[in-house]
Amino acid sequence: MSPHSITTHEHYLNAGYGPRSWFLTTDHKRIAILYMISITFFFFVGGFFAFLMRLELLTPNGDLVSAETYNKLFSMHGITMVWFFLIPSIPSVLGNFLVPMMVGARDVAFPRLNLLSWYIYVIGGLFTLGAMIFGGVDTGWTFYTPFSSTYAHSNVIPVVIGIFILGFSSILTALNFIVTIHTMRAPGLSWFRLPLFIWSMYATSIILVLATPVLAITLAMLGVERIFGVGIFDPALGGDPLLFQHLFWFYSHPAVYIMILPAMGVVSELITCFARKKVFGYRFMAFSLLAIASVGFLVWGHHMFVSGQSAYAGMVFSALSFIVAIPSAVKVFNWAATLYKGSIAYHTPVLYGFGFIGLFTIGGLTGLFLASLAIDVHVHDTYFVIAHFHYIMVGGAVMGYLGGIHYWWPKMTGRMYPEGWAKFAALVLFVGFNLTFFPQFILGYLGMPRRYHVYPPEFQVLNVLSTAGATILGIGYLIPFVYLIWSLRHGKNAGRNPWRATGLEWLTPSPPPVHNFDEIPVVTSEPYIYAGEEELRE
Amino acid sequence: MSDDRALVAHQFETAAQQRSAATLGMWVFLATEVLFFGGMLMAYTVYRVMDAGAFALASHAQNILLGGINTAVLLTSSLTMALAVQASAAGRRRRSVLMLLLTMALGAAFLAIKAVEYGQKFAEHLVPGVDFRFAGPGAGAAQIYFILYFLLTGFHALHLTIGIGVLAVLTARAARGRYTQAYHTPVEVTGLYWHFVDIVWIFLYPLIYLIQVYR
Repeated sequence: MSPHSITTHEHYLNAGYGPRSWFLTTDHKRIAILYMISITFFFFVGGFFAFLMRLELLTPNGDLVSAETYNKLFSMHGITMVWFFLIPSIPSVLGNFLVPMMVGARDVAFPRLNLLSWYIYVIGGLFTLGAMIFGGVDTGWTFYTPFSSTYAHSNVIPVVIGIFILGFSSILTALNFIVTIHTMRAPGLSWFRLPLFIWSMYATSIILVLATPVLAITLAMLGVERIFGVGIFDPALGGDPLLFQHLFWFYSHPAVYIMILPAMGVVSELITCFARKKVFGYRFMAFSLLAIASVGFLVWGHHMFVSGQSAYAGMVFSALSFIVAIPSAVKVFNWAATLYKGSIAYHTPVLYGFGFIGLFTIGGLTGLFLASLAIDVHVHDTYFVIAHFHYIMVGGAVMGYLGGIHYWWPKMTGRMYPEGWAKFAALVLFVGFNLTFFPQFILGYLGMPRRYHVYPPEFQVLNVLSTAGATILGIGYLIPFVYLIWSLRHGKNAGRNPWRATGLEWLTPSPPPVHNFDEIPVVTSEPYIYAGEEELRE
Repeated sequence: MSDDRALVAHQFETAAQQRSAATLGMWVFLATEVLFFGGMLMAYTVYRVMDAGAFALASHAQNILLGGINTAVLLTSSLTMALAVQASAAGRRRRSVLMLLLTMALGAAFLAIKAVEYGQKFAEHLVPGVDFRFAGPGAGAAQIYFILYFLLTGFHALHLTIGIGVLAVLTARAARGRYTQAYHTPVEVTGLYWHFVDIVWIFLYPLIYLIQVYR
């Protein structure tokens, strides 16, 4: 490998430089980069809303923003982070880049649909962003009726239209992945030779394809109710608000798995590579992804324990929610077993992997508290819930995303990130995250409700701690943002396979050529064969 | 063989792979569509169970004859669509163009009859949110019935309109001889979509028109 390989060989980044070569590209790798830039933008927009909220919560009184503005802040934080960052994050960036490469294909099955999905994302994003700039929305990201359909005086319709549009981009990406994984695997790459990241993309895509249309039609019905003033969900007009909640959570609970399953896939890759060991219980790992995806469709009612739904339904939803914990626990134990007696190299990606395992476990176990009917009545709509799902979505999904970005950054850009700074940032993020959200478990348990801009003075100490943590967390996100951009010019040349990892994506030069493989590789073994090295150690 | 290769997009290795990808892609899309209509059918089910009497009463406003004719029209269009796929697969250009045109014409006829029915609803003040008057105790439930009627049939008509647009493109291409025995996947895949839109109507017709007919 020549040290100048990044500039000498032809690859997807130097294949063309004009705007047309980017905005009309059908190369899955370039589309991944377009997505990465877009979701990073929305991540910082959503983060800005969160920062203003934490600033307001420094004191018990409403000093900084009015109650109405605060309502808009938490609504727009949720909407931006859920739909414009978390849902597309790993699938649209890492998935787009890696799915064709990992299955040994030259592109996804439908490259033009892939580009279309990015344009749809941007249009949906601009729509929503415009609605936020010109007045915002104050319904919470959940759009509960009848508030959203009848009483709210904010830009509900434009935001809902933006999310409706966005849904098609999710569906197209997922459709592409399912078809690519089914029909375009390299010779010899049977289902049980697929990397676990591919299994996670497959499971996620199934959820996206089956859940997103339900959100679309639910929001469409909400829009009809609001525009025409006719009752579908508003009880005053003869509708049923619980129906809205059922339909909304039929999408939005599986949506949580859309966020966490891809991160689980990433972490499985990181742990095996840096433990230099084959993953423990490969088939259980693959099937547990599918189990979480399918049982995840049947637990939505646990968001509605106090809504007035039937108590018997509540019991069933509670039991089913406990069942989801089983495949989730299988994964945590198998990661631990993979690490056991591994020869662990403590590079940045695996630090995020460790962070994921710990934080996901806390987030998952507190989920069991919330799945228990009686405890949920006590902590429902408190900061306990906020802390719980941020441990999953930020501690889990975002850590997984950042771990994956660091792991595949050399492949995507041909450059190494600066290891020292990266380890420092991972540590800052871990500390900042826990300082932000752990106090919120306590606050919630003590009874502080979510979605208020004022609170009783006795909660101030924990809130100040949380705001301090959020500041550290914010700095932690800025560090990788700076050094990753810096590394594009100044990073060391990565070479083909800096981690000595298995997997077809590492067979190509870094950055990969436009068509990925000159010759489609033939696969003759299972994934994660680090056995040669294990023998070497002994 | 070089002709065959020219029809295979760069990301695929073989024509067979391309064809199975296109077909699977459409099936996955149809799965999405099932859930899209499923959300509305869920709402329909909930409200019909809540007030079955009002739904039955409201369904009396429907013109079963027009709905029945439309069902026959759409089923026939599925037949001509299937024949179009068969003709393209056999490489029979003229027959395939004729069948595609017939399918479009039947689809357009369905939309025309649907437009007549919509017109009648306006005349009878049965359009919620615009002009709705319904005498009787179940007016609230009847209004929901008509909202769902317009949503379900409206989205169905939208799908049909998109289908006719796609067929227009296919017809132009078929006329230029683009589809051969070796390559006719677009016709086949559009056929899947068309049959799906047809099947949706097979569910809508009894749910909307025939609530009380067989009591």
